[in-house]
Amino acid sequence: MIGFILRRLLTFLPTFVGVTIISFAFIRMLPGDPIIVMAGERGMSDERYAELQAQFGFDRPLLEQYGEYVWGVLQGDLGESFVTKRPVWDEFFTLFPATLELSLCAMIFAVALGLPAGVIAAVNRGKFFDRALMSTALVGYSMPIFWWALLLIILFSGVWGITPVSGRISLLYFFDTPTGFMLIDSWLSGQEGAFGSAVNHLVLPTIVLGTIPLAVIARQTRSAMLEVLSEDYIRTARAKGLAPARVTGVHALRNAMIPVITVIGLSVGTLLAGAILTETIFSWPGIGKWMVDSIYRRDYPVVQGGLLLIAVMVMIVNLTVDVLYGFINPKIRKT
Amino acid sequence: MALATEQETPVGDTVERPGRLREFWFYFRENRGAVFGLWIFLGFLFIAIFAPLLAPYDPAEQFRGAFLQPPVWQEGGDWRFPLGTDMVGRDMLSRLLHGAQYSFFVGVVVVVVAASGGITVGLIAGFAPTWIDTIIMRIMDVILAFPSLLLALVLVAILGPSLTNAMIAIAIVLQPHYVRLTRASVMSELSKDYVTSARVAGAGRLRLMFVTVLPNCLAPIIVQAALSFSTAILDAAALGFLGMGAQPPTPEWGTMLADAREFILRAWWIVTFPGLAILVTVLAINLMGDGLRDALDPKLKRS
Repeated sequence: MIGFILRRLLTFLPTFVGVTIISFAFIRMLPGDPIIVMAGERGMSDERYAELQAQFGFDRPLLEQYGEYVWGVLQGDLGESFVTKRPVWDEFFTLFPATLELSLCAMIFAVALGLPAGVIAAVNRGKFFDRALMSTALVGYSMPIFWWALLLIILFSGVWGITPVSGRISLLYFFDTPTGFMLIDSWLSGQEGAFGSAVNHLVLPTIVLGTIPLAVIARQTRSAMLEVLSEDYIRTARAKGLAPARVTGVHALRNAMIPVITVIGLSVGTLLAGAILTETIFSWPGIGKWMVDSIYRRDYPVVQGGLLLIAVMVMIVNLTVDVLYGFINPKIRKT
Repeated sequence: MALATEQETPVGDTVERPGRLREFWFYFRENRGAVFGLWIFLGFLFIAIFAPLLAPYDPAEQFRGAFLQPPVWQEGGDWRFPLGTDMVGRDMLSRLLHGAQYSFFVGVVVVVVAASGGITVGLIAGFAPTWIDTIIMRIMDVILAFPSLLLALVLVAILGPSLTNAMIAIAIVLQPHYVRLTRASVMSELSKDYVTSARVAGAGRLRLMFVTVLPNCLAPIIVQAALSFSTAILDAAALGFLGMGAQPPTPEWGTMLADAREFILRAWWIVTFPGLAILVTVLAINLMGDGLRDALDPKLKRS
């Protein structure tokens, strides 16, 4: 097992190096002089230019610059935002809880609906219910989520007026946010209606972000269940006279869970990509909106740092899923 | 399958092909959803080709005095504009029909670029010595470590926002999937007897790659092509929506949605129709993709 983990870590390293190369190269690939781009100043004198060149280290060999960049990254130094003048690292971790909260809620939403839907579809294979569920899942899978968000806003906010359109909580409430999770912080604040407001703001973004994972999980659960349900031990369990619910719910589902868990783990990247659109539409102050805004504002250090942090996060999650998978399924460890 | 086609007379080759196509159609037809998807896709193709003839107006033509006119079935609607007009008085129907052209174009270009690049690199990785293979696959891992839309966004930020650059970015982001798929198929084919016999018969490396092995790896690649066609349309629309794809006044569906955002609570039709067009197109292609997989993938056949 330890050998397996070490081997996986070994493939992690070159990918990490590659990711740092890409984020290092990003600023140098932008059109125009990287120094002017980095400084964000116009009409500077030659002395100022030389000074900045030395400050950013552009006068030194590329390899040395790269080495210094990676050394900085390893110590958490990702540069400063042009706009806020705050370290990119700090900004990322201030905004990250918002994205994490939204993603977790979306994932819970997707699993809570997708898992039972997939199981029910598999048990009723070929019947009306199966067809209806799987058609719905395919529609969800094909959904342009930015449009889906706008439709939900028209219905829930425009026509029925039940949910707010943007933000994490109503502007009426002010309180400290020690955890960064609005649901927890609003609860802790003890202000009347704060928690309800937070929940209300979370509903639409959760549905929007959870739609595609929901469809993927439902489809994956169904196909995994179908495979397991045709196994001999399921027939044995049935022949023993176990209740059908117990056979599907315990014997089959437990074994069908392995591929499903992998899909859940691997949809972290999908969630982050979806968060870019969802957060932009709902003005959700998280990582996705932060990245898009920074691209609009040409706040390149933020784009560079955010790119790196997000990629590393996805890699760590994938690695964890890989290791967990090896933990559950011994066959994997050998390969 | 292609066991003896190498050295045989061309007659054997021509006899075999219609049989395969017929077999494919036999399985594809069984999936009613896939056939339905195919029909919608053909309709989409028809619209994309003949949009200038079908559309009543030019997509950029503005009708003063007809701003935000609702569709014909709603109060205030007018038969001149069956699906209403947008905020500057352009006919929605004409814009939607022209939008099909852009989406189709995006799908074709992205799939062709991503697939041809990905297949070539995948073949090289499969045939080359281990160290080249390792380098190629690690590079692909790096690309896959970034969420696809984010990487596409950043690439467009470097290249500058336009539909062409959006297509390049999406093609780059989708390419690793083809590389992985091709490499995996090549690996499993290489150990088979027909490859050895071709090699013994003196086939060169290029011939082995493109003539002997590649045709037998195509099934999963075709399925992937269908799926990435729909991904390309979705991502291009998403980039357009974020203002990083086609630029206004281009009647690209995602860009149309971005323009319409401010009016969502006042004029539902300018938001609803472009998105519906994206959804129906993507859904049709995904339905087809499912059918293709059932028909082409022998492992899943009849299961």
